[in-house]
Amino acid sequence: MLEGAVLLAALAAGDPKAGEAVYSRCLACHSLERHRTGPKHCGLFGRKAGSAPGFEYSAAMKRSRLVWNEKALDIFLADPMKTVPGTTMTYAGVEHPKERADLIAYLKKESQCPAS
Amino acid sequence: MTSFFQIQNPAAARRAFLGRSAVVLSGAAVALLAGRDVLAAKSGKSAAADVRILNTALGAELEAIAAYQVGAESGLLEKPVLSLASQFQGHHKEHADVLAGTIRKLGGKPVSARSKYEFPVESLKNQADVLRFAASLEKGAVSAYLGAVPLFANRDLSKAAASILGDEAMHWAVLRNALGENPVPSAFVS
Repeated sequence: MLEGAVLLAALAAGDPKAGEAVYSRCLACHSLERHRTGPKHCGLFGRKAGSAPGFEYSAAMKRSRLVWNEKALDIFLADPMKTVPGTTMTYAGVEHPKERADLIAYLKKESQCPAS
Repeated sequence: MTSFFQIQNPAAARRAFLGRSAVVLSGAAVALLAGRDVLAAKSGKSAAADVRILNTALGAELEAIAAYQVGAESGLLEKPVLSLASQFQGHHKEHADVLAGTIRKLGGKPVSARSKYEFPVESLKNQADVLRFAASLEKGAVSAYLGAVPLFANRDLSKAAASILGDEAMHWAVLRNALGENPVPSAFVS
């Protein structure tokens, strides 16, 4: 029971350094600073899904009513096409919970928009 | 194993690389073209989902073509690296053509190249910077295709995507080698 709690805490914490390696999988379509095939991740946390200015989202994402926080990202990243049917993020997902926690920790750390 | 960058004659290096990659690419093209009737016959929800996957891949391929163009025109690449960058761009063009053709066969509309792409050109100061940037895109492409392969309803498309994945992985390895890094850092890609 205690071991389970420790594991859950570790998963919840996430390691941003390990998450950077996981994020390298995202670089075909995403970057922190620029819209590409996928939207930029700068300003991601707290953003309503489908709302970053200047990016053309799928209708499915725009009407998803998701707001990007740890929980929403954990669910979405596990299986994007199941979570938001019709999304153009046609990716099988990050299956392992620890990798998702690390990725989310990295995104949380790095997705602050630079002051303009 | 001799690196492409250790072959003194660029033409020989290119021939050596083409000799291998042509096998992979023709496999994808043949699978898609030969499957025309099967593809045309499939319709409905699963075909629509396949079109969406193909269009995301096409969007990334079109961006890669533009990225290699930026690299080629940067003036930072020297032969034989410049020749290889041009060759890799050619592969991405072939991927894009096959993807667009397949989308049409499935009754979809292929996405077009954007009128403008944003690349981190301000951080590209020398050949190594360009190679590192290209390597990050190719690694991302490997992951993207790996994430797409199991999603296709049509297994011929999974096979074709895996074939493109193989080509992108070779690009990534060659670029890493050119940077003096271990070209194949692990037994698996993710």
